[in-house]
Amino acid sequence: MKTWIAFWNIILKDMRAYYLKPPNISWGIIFPLAWTGMFFIRSGGGFDGVLDLLPGLMAISILFGTTSMLAVTVTFEKKGKSFDRLLLAPIPLGVLMLAKTSGAIVFGIANAFVPVAMACFFFDLSRVGWLTALPAVILIAVSSTFLGLFIAVSVSEVFEAQTFSNFFRFPMIFLCGLFFPIERLPFFIKPLSYIFPLTYGADILHGAFNRAHIMPLGLDFVLLGAFCVFLFLWSYRNIKKRWIM
Amino acid sequence: MGAIVAEKLAKRFGNVHALEDVSFKVSKGELFGFLGPNGAGKTTTINILTGLARPDTGAISISGIDCTHSPKAAQGLIGVVPDESNLYPELTGFDNLCFCASLYGLKKSDRVSRAAELLRSLGLAEAASRKFGGYSKGMKRKLTIAAGIIHNPPILFLDEPTTGIDVASARQIRQLISGLNRSGTTILLTTHYIEEAERLCSRIAFIASGKIIKTDTIENLIQPAKEKNVMEITLSKRAKISFESMASAFPNLSLSCPEDGRIRVESGEPIRAGVLVRYLEENGHEVMEARRIHPSLEDVFVRITGIEAGAMKKEREKSIL
Repeated sequence: MKTWIAFWNIILKDMRAYYLKPPNISWGIIFPLAWTGMFFIRSGGGFDGVLDLLPGLMAISILFGTTSMLAVTVTFEKKGKSFDRLLLAPIPLGVLMLAKTSGAIVFGIANAFVPVAMACFFFDLSRVGWLTALPAVILIAVSSTFLGLFIAVSVSEVFEAQTFSNFFRFPMIFLCGLFFPIERLPFFIKPLSYIFPLTYGADILHGAFNRAHIMPLGLDFVLLGAFCVFLFLWSYRNIKKRWIM
Repeated sequence: MGAIVAEKLAKRFGNVHALEDVSFKVSKGELFGFLGPNGAGKTTTINILTGLARPDTGAISISGIDCTHSPKAAQGLIGVVPDESNLYPELTGFDNLCFCASLYGLKKSDRVSRAAELLRSLGLAEAASRKFGGYSKGMKRKLTIAAGIIHNPPILFLDEPTTGIDVASARQIRQLISGLNRSGTTILLTTHYIEEAERLCSRIAFIASGKIIKTDTIENLIQPAKEKNVMEITLSKRAKISFESMASAFPNLSLSCPEDGRIRVESGEPIRAGVLVRYLEENGHEVMEARRIHPSLEDVFVRITGIEAGAMKKEREKSIL
């Protein structure tokens, strides 16, 4: 019970201190809006191409929303030593990490639905397989958040967190099949696509929106889940090794 | 059973030996001081004892719980006040305390009442709804201490609690520490302020370069110095004194000159001030003052560690600036 009081209050504190701050709310809305507008104009396909763009826009919104927030907030707290206060609390480290990441996961999921909310004013989205898309959105948010955690634990300065995030984010956007089909990538780059968790998340979303997935959805879910577990365990190991010296 | 037991702790950071063979025991209800200059290993010791760092070798026990390999095991029993005020700048003082209480599983009603009680007792009630980031240094320090004791821990670690704050706040914090100890809290306090250690602690460990040099009660530490008689004579001008002739006139006295115009006289026998004053005046010096010096922990610290008290004072001034 005591652990869950701590767990819940860490989430509430992060929500109040970071995620529900007006600049972050506006970032969470404006950023997906800007991506939507940009790709809508760039695609040139008019309104008919929106369903093709939506999976990518959702995934990018989650990726940027979660990694930006978590990598910066955790690095900021570690730098200011307030993270030590959490490490000193009688909470298992795994629970503490889940509490710190839960806020970012919720923030990422909320970001994913900004383009969806816009699209639903213009299109009938009832044909979308939401039972497939929703778990995919959650898993993309979890894996992206844990990627943010991995980044936060690997650096010591806030600016390093931003730079290191981009090292993963930009290759991921272009290689995960969201906007450029993986089949059309040069053969020597193709293997790179499969080392990114977003590739599997994007494939599920393509399947849910357009039935255009290239891998079995079950396999996508398993691999995306495996990435979540791996990134969490790797970050857990890094925190124990680097922060509890 | 000791409340805190450290056995042969050692820690290296690269080639630097941060701690070497550090062993000590703090009894239940004791206020134990770790006295040493910056970089002596005080914070590393606290970090290891509280679970923020791992020892390379050695063993730790808190309230009888072996924490060497499972530091989380006793974290519910301890409160920690780090050397830096590390609360959340974007939260108010009240919210910071409530949040810290929640980390120890306190229910909402208990969190609210305890936070209000501490804010009131530390004179921060009026600043309760202000953001921590806007607090003065002294206020930040007081709130950080409040956060460390919000869950009423039986064992408290205080790392340099009064460093860098104003005299009035430091005094209030010392009173709070004494009060906590009187009410039964076991306290391990690190400081580089000799007077603070002398005033608060019942037992002290001198630590320098990662090693504990001496551990004892203040009375026992000072006792050897008490057996020696010390007198300090101040002259009107910063005149040079011929020690050779003075030493030959008083062969039983040990003479030194801490600075121009001051003479320090030490002896195992009682020192006769009149004879010394007469000698100096007959040799052309005007004596302004001759007073007996009572031995202090500072004298003992300097003698045992070889670290000049002046160096510690400079650190203090630096931290205030």
